[in-house]
This record gives sequence, structure tokens and C-alpha cells, in this order.
Amino acid sequence: MLAELPLLSLVIWLPIIGGLLVLFTGDQKPFLKPVALAIAALTMLLSFCLYAGFDVSTHEMQFVEKTPWIETFNVFYHLGVDGFSMPLIILTTISTLLVVVAAWEVIQHRLSQYLAAFLIMEGLMNAVFSSLDAVLFYVFFEAMLIPLFLVIGIWGGPNRVYATLKFFLYTFFGSVFLLVALLYLRHVSDSFAILDFHAVGLSLNEQTWLLLAFLIAFAVKVPMWPVHTWLPDAHVEAPTGGSVILAAITLKIGGYGFLRFALPIAPDASMVLDWFIITLSLIAVVYIGFVALAQTDLKKLIAYSSIAHMGFVTLGLFIIFDIFANASTGSGAVLAIEGAMVQMISHGFISAAMFLAVGVLYDRMHTREISAYGGVVNTMPVFAGFAVFFAMANAGLPGTSGFVGEFMVILAAFQANFWFAFLAATTLILGAAYTLWMVKRVFFGEVANNEVKALTDVNRREFWMLASLAVIVLLLGVWPEPLVNVMHASVEHLLTQVSQSKL
Amino acid sequence: MFQVPNMLFALPEMVLLTMACVILLVVAFTGARKIEWVYGLSQLSLALTLLVVLWSLGDWGLTFSDTYIKDALSDLLKVFICVVNMLVLLYSVNYLKARQLMQGEFFVLAVFSTLGMLIMVSAYHMLTLYLGLELMSLCLYAMVAMQRDSAVATEAAMKYFILGSIASGMLLYGMSIIYGVTGSLAINEIALAIANTDGNETILSFGIVFLVIGIGFKFGAVPFHMWLPDVYHGAPTAMTLFIAAAPKIAAFAMIIRLLAEGLIDLQNHWQDMLVMLAVLSMILGNVVAIAQSNLKRMLAYSTISHVGFLLMGVLSGTEEGFAASLFYTLIYALMTLGAFGMILLLSRQGFEAENIDDFKGLSEREPWFALMMMILMFSMAGIPPLAGFYAKLSVIKAVIDVDLLMVALVAVVTSVIGAYYYLRIIKVMYFDKPVVEHKLEASSSMQIMLSANALMVLGLGIVPGILMKLCTIVFA
Repeated sequence: MLAELPLLSLVIWLPIIGGLLVLFTGDQKPFLKPVALAIAALTMLLSFCLYAGFDVSTHEMQFVEKTPWIETFNVFYHLGVDGFSMPLIILTTISTLLVVVAAWEVIQHRLSQYLAAFLIMEGLMNAVFSSLDAVLFYVFFEAMLIPLFLVIGIWGGPNRVYATLKFFLYTFFGSVFLLVALLYLRHVSDSFAILDFHAVGLSLNEQTWLLLAFLIAFAVKVPMWPVHTWLPDAHVEAPTGGSVILAAITLKIGGYGFLRFALPIAPDASMVLDWFIITLSLIAVVYIGFVALAQTDLKKLIAYSSIAHMGFVTLGLFIIFDIFANASTGSGAVLAIEGAMVQMISHGFISAAMFLAVGVLYDRMHTREISAYGGVVNTMPVFAGFAVFFAMANAGLPGTSGFVGEFMVILAAFQANFWFAFLAATTLILGAAYTLWMVKRVFFGEVANNEVKALTDVNRREFWMLASLAVIVLLLGVWPEPLVNVMHASVEHLLTQVSQSKL
Repeated sequence: MFQVPNMLFALPEMVLLTMACVILLVVAFTGARKIEWVYGLSQLSLALTLLVVLWSLGDWGLTFSDTYIKDALSDLLKVFICVVNMLVLLYSVNYLKARQLMQGEFFVLAVFSTLGMLIMVSAYHMLTLYLGLELMSLCLYAMVAMQRDSAVATEAAMKYFILGSIASGMLLYGMSIIYGVTGSLAINEIALAIANTDGNETILSFGIVFLVIGIGFKFGAVPFHMWLPDVYHGAPTAMTLFIAAAPKIAAFAMIIRLLAEGLIDLQNHWQDMLVMLAVLSMILGNVVAIAQSNLKRMLAYSTISHVGFLLMGVLSGTEEGFAASLFYTLIYALMTLGAFGMILLLSRQGFEAENIDDFKGLSEREPWFALMMMILMFSMAGIPPLAGFYAKLSVIKAVIDVDLLMVALVAVVTSVIGAYYYLRIIKVMYFDKPVVEHKLEASSSMQIMLSANALMVLGLGIVPGILMKLCTIVFA
């Protein structure tokens, strides 16, 4: 029965239409929050059906839906998922549910619009991950900016207008080059299907320009150094929910874009230019790690640590060419791509948890300055337990999901070049340093002031919100098999695509 | 032997002309007493014309000694001109009443101007085209000047008239050169003469220069854009709306008849000129719009940039390109209609909601119309899933298909610059606190149609296929 339902359309349109309903319900209705929660929960359950019905033995697109949309341009409403996109959809639906829960008592101002924005956002993000038509992909990719722009601008902090305009214009600037690239690919391949783009032959010159266009678009999203500056601003000003979605999912769209567009469409150019992207990634890992160390704002610290962690993703994706060159077997390359994917998913959960934890503190103290805290463990022991656990996961403690992805990428990097691995491994020190130092200053020590003294521990809603994430992080840490299995066939397929020259 | 021309092909124009004379008489005999009747009559005449156009859809051919054409393009454009102008009149009524501008002359001018547009759309002979253009333009000049006690409006009218006359002169000069070389003023005979390579190409290209200057003036493309911000700003908003929407549709017909149908074989000559116009318009329009604090002026510069985009499709010289430009023109007309409609909606007795700050906190005062304005602004910025995105997509696609990548890159980069000032409107509406408190005075029919207008922009963004297909069929 599951196979007959248009599951992908459901996980896209249920939250969008539900979001519109919520929008027009108005703030005063008592059933507003339960309805939003039900929509988010139902969407999550539907996305679990995707997992249950997923065939792990093939790299082919699954749950495919295809109907003509704009006939003059041969644009199709063409959906489908493979091992890369399916886990990201599940990440999206889980994160959105948590955001709805997190908004429960906290958002007082224009609640219906807030919930609607996140539900619509969820549908759009699911659509980005499942679009197989370039125009459809681009439409959702851009449409996503609208709700996020409003979320940061309406519910954000004091400097929200600057932050949200910067966010919008940065990402819009990146994506218009993507549009030109996609239109050029259509010109060459006479089709808008992304899978046809993969097959089209391109000269090295064409590939280089296309790769640069993809790089601008997705590097801004990831974000890679030096186009990362919008992220700390956006994170600091965004409300908790906005930060969670930004960190957990929109950053992943950058990584996903490299997997879906850059690598398979321009493999030769990727090989030629891989040093460039690897350099940027290593700068992100090392330099941004140091920058994170110097932060005095909790959210900024997590934002910079996000950039450093995403550096691992781009590193993992682009070291495969060096591994090809060095090793006779392809196992290292598989490890690199899978490591990057695991890192994306794991960072999604951990960063969401970190931002939710900061949200819990912020709701009580209304400050994100690290210096305003101290000795929180004395007044909020349960919360401190969770926070320390997530901080450890962020630092890559073995047994948490944060460790798995980083370890796989570092291991693979050894097969590429010792120094790549060496520099990447500094994150284990830097990450531990900035996270633990933050933990020490915020949670341990004497109770710093009367406000901290007056703190109350997490309530039941917050407890379950953090506990569910803790379970996921722990589970993926000790048993990543279910995640890795799903993507294995797709990774193998990607590597065959990448290893075949298109010249 | 004398042949009776097929009058049916010009039936919409004849109906409108008759009605215009009736309105003129009614105005002359009732004066200001029955102004509501005059308004009703004007709407009725546009509606009748629309009905006639719809009734005679599909019966195509030439008439009046091949000076007049009825084809798919003219039918489609006439439908849109009638609908757009009906909406313009509807949006304008309250504004005009509040400013004692609700006079019979406005409606007479509006109807005659519409007649001029219809003639332009159907012209297949340079003289007919010129006739239609002048009929339209002269009415517009007079309209801008209607608020005669306002110094700004008078100045705007003066500028508009002088620059418009220069443009007409240029156009006429270009036409005469082309006539001199090809020996004909009929579009199809010109095309034939050029295809047979009769006549000197250098002199022809000289003629094209003047034609393009004239077209550039009428569209408001850089460097012939000087009149546009002043006129948009100075004219009463209702007149600005009239000038901004339908005349662009008629101008589109002009550029297609002249360049795409008459001089298609000289595309290598006019393409480079249009590339310059398009690139400069997109850059200047988008950059200068950032500095504006007056919404009408900002929309004027945004119009200049839209004209640049619109020309991109034409300059590609392909059928897909023309279809893309047509699509762009129609979507542009819808968006402009909505945007100026919003200014008219928020204006009231003694208050022009034409400064950007007047939209402050609109989402708290009028959440529904703030949403509508947001849709329009995002659409103008070219953000999916709104109609403006597909318009930009199709023209960019058209230039990429003829390997003009640099033009496409300029287009996308300037559209990012442009996004900034559209976002500023949304910022003002959604992120700022309201400063003025007031209630809407507009009639409910205007509110409904304005909402429908904005929702149409959203609807065409979700299912753009139908209109795109229509545009493609026109040029197939």
C-alpha cells in the first residue's frame, strides 16, 4: 500500500498546505498549536515510511513521480529520492517537529505566522531534496529564502534587519549563477532533467565554468570560508527555530548541491580544481576553529563551529580525487563520501540540539553572552547534563554521532594526503577546546549571579525535546549502520560517475 | 475595381471609437453631474471591446489594403490591453474622486488612448503604426497635465510631451529612411525587399538606428530613459498607473512589428543595439532604484530595469525569445498594475501613500494587503514561485540559447542588486512598526480586484504553463 501513495508529494504538500491553513487560522485559536504539531508529526511519520519502503540495493531514484508542468520548456514535476536525499528529508521532518515543539510557549508574537513559516519551509526543503528537474529544484531552492527571510526579520534580535538582508542577498547572489548554469546545461543537453545533466558530455572549459557557478551557489549555502560571514549574523539574530532550521538543514542543501550537481556534472573540472576546494575546507576547519575559540556569544560560537564542521563535508567530498590517484582500491573514496554524508546528518542533529539548548537558556535569561552565565549546573542539573552531552558530541566524542563522520573523513584523508588528515585532525583539539571552554564557563564553577541562581530546570516539554535528540545522537554514534546502509549504493554509483571522464 | 475592405478585422476598434464618441457627447452635455455614468460608460465600452475581441478570436488576416492586421499576437495583446485598462480605471476612481480629478476628460482621454493602443497592436504599415502611437501618446500627455495647478505634474507633462515628440520625430525619420531604401511602408513589403537584398544595407542600418532610438524612448530604455522617473513621479498616481501598464504592451507590439517582422533579416544590425539598451537599462535601473525614497520613483527605475529584461527576449531574435518577451510584458503589466494599485489603495484624501515610509508596519495595519504587496515585490524581484521568476527565466533562457552568456550574467547580477530595493519594501512592511494609523477608503470591488490581481501573480507562478504556451503559440 505504501508504494502506491505519492509519498514525496505528501511530505512536500502536506506541510505547505497545512502551513497555509495555520496561517489563516489566526493567533487566538486554542487549537492552533496542536494542529501545527499534528501536521509536523504526520509529515515526520510519512517520511519514516520513505525509509521503511526504501530499497537499499539500488542507486536508482525511488518513489518517482513525474508529470508535465511547464510544457513549453519541457519542465516536469519530477520527484524521486536516492540514498543521499532520503536521509536529509528525514532530518528535515524531525527538525521541523522539534522547532514546532520549541515554539510552544516561547513565541507570543504572531504565533500563527511563525508556525506557518516553518511548516511551509519544511515542505520547500523536502521538495529541494526530492526534485529531479532543474527548474523545479531551483524554484524550491529560491522559494525557501522567503520564509527564512521573514522568520529572521520578524522574530529576530535587535540587529535582525541587517542580518536577514545580508542572508537573503548573499544566498540570492550565489543562486543566480546556479540558474545560469542550469540554463546553460539545458542548452547543451536539451532537457531540464538533472539526471540528463549527469550524462551530458562537456569540455573541460565548460565544466570549469559550471563548477565555479555551482561553487558560488553552494559555497554560500554551506557556507565555506570566505563567504561564510552571513551565517554568524543570521544565527545570532534568528529566533531559536530559525537557527535550528538554518544550521540543521539549509546548510546541508549546500552539501547536497555538491553531491547532486557539482561532482557528477563536472567531474573533470572537480578533479582539476579539487585543491582549491580542499584548501578552503581546511581553512574552514582550522581557522574558523580558532575564530570560534574567541567568541563571547553562545550562538556565534555554535555558528562558527558549524562552519568548521561543514568544512569536513566539503573536504570529504573533494578528497576522493586524491584518493583515486593514490590508492588502487576505491574503499577510501567510499569512506570519504559516506563520512561527509554522515557528518551532514549528524551535524544536523547536534547543531539543532545545541541551538535548542541555547534557546532554553535564552528564554530564561534573555542573553546569549557567555559571561552572563556561570555555574548553571547548580540550578539546572538535568539541562546541564544534556547540554554537556551535546557539547561533547559537537567536539566529536567517540560514541556520539559527531565522532563517526569526522573519523571517517579523517581516515579517508590519510589515503589522500597525510597533511590533509593532519590539519583536519586538529579539529579534534580545537573543537574540544572551544566547546569545553564554553561548557566550563557557562555550566561549571560557582553560581555567577542572582539571575543564574533563579533559573529553573527544564520542564517536561523541553526535557523530551532534548532527550529525543540525545537518543538520536547516541544511536547514530554507536550504530551508524542503518544510515550508512541506505546510502551505500548511491555512493558507489556517484563514484563510478565521478571516475568516468566526460571529456 | 474598388474592393470593400474587411471591416470585421477592425471591429473592436470601431466599437471603441463609437463608444468614445458617445462618451464625449455625454461628457459635453452632462458635465460633472453624471460623472459616475461616464465612468460606467467607459468601463462598458472597454468591456464591449473586450467581448468583440473575444468573439472574433482566431479569424486572422490583413485588411485595409494590407495596412491592418489581425493575427494571434494582436488578439492576445488586445485582450490584455482591455483587461488591464479596465482594472486601471477601477483602481483609479477613488483616488481621482478624492482629488477633484474625476472629470469627464480623464475618461475620454483614457478611452481614446486605449483606441490608439489597439491600432498600434494591429498596425501592419508604418503610417498606421505611427497614427496609433500618436493617438495613444497625445492622450497620455494630456492626462499627465490634467492636474493643472500642480507644478510637478505640469513639469512632468511638459517633459513627457517634448521628449515624446522628439522620440516620435526620430521614429518617423527612421521610417522615412527605410521607406527611401525599400520603397514601401508596409511591414511585409519591407521584409520582402530586404530579403531580396534590394537597397543599401548601410543606409538601412542608419534607418534602424533611428527606429531603435524611437522605440527606446517609448519604452524608456537607457539612455533614452530620462523622462520616465520624472513623469512617473510627477503625474498623479492614477495617471502613472495608466502610463505604466498598457502602453508597454502596445510598445511591445511596435517593436515586434518593426524589428521582428519587418527587419528580421537585419537582425545582425539591431541585435547589438538592443544588447546595449538592455544591458544599460538593467544596470542603471536597478542601481539607481536603490537610492529612491519615493515609491513611484523607485518603481519608475524598476520599470527601466524591467524594460532591459524585456528587450533581452527580443534581441535574441528567435521565436522563443519573442515569446519570452511577450510573456515578460504581460507579467510586467500585471505586476505594475498591482504595485501602483497598492499605492492608490493606501492613498486617501490629502494623503499620497507614495513614500516608502508610508508602508511602514503595513503588516500590522492591513495584514492581507501587506501579503499581497509582498507577493508583488517578490515577483518583481524574480523570486520563485511567483510569476516574475518565470518571466526572467524565459528571457534569460532565450539569450543563453543564442550564446549571449554575458548578457545573461549581467541580467542575473543586476537582478540581485534589484532584489535589495524590493526587499526594502517588504522590510518596511513587515519588520517596522506602523507610524500612521488609517483605514482603507477604497471600494470593496477595488479591494477584491487588487487581491485577485496579486493572487494571479502567485497563481501564474505555480502554473505558468498555460500563459507561456499561449505566448509560444502566438509566434509559432
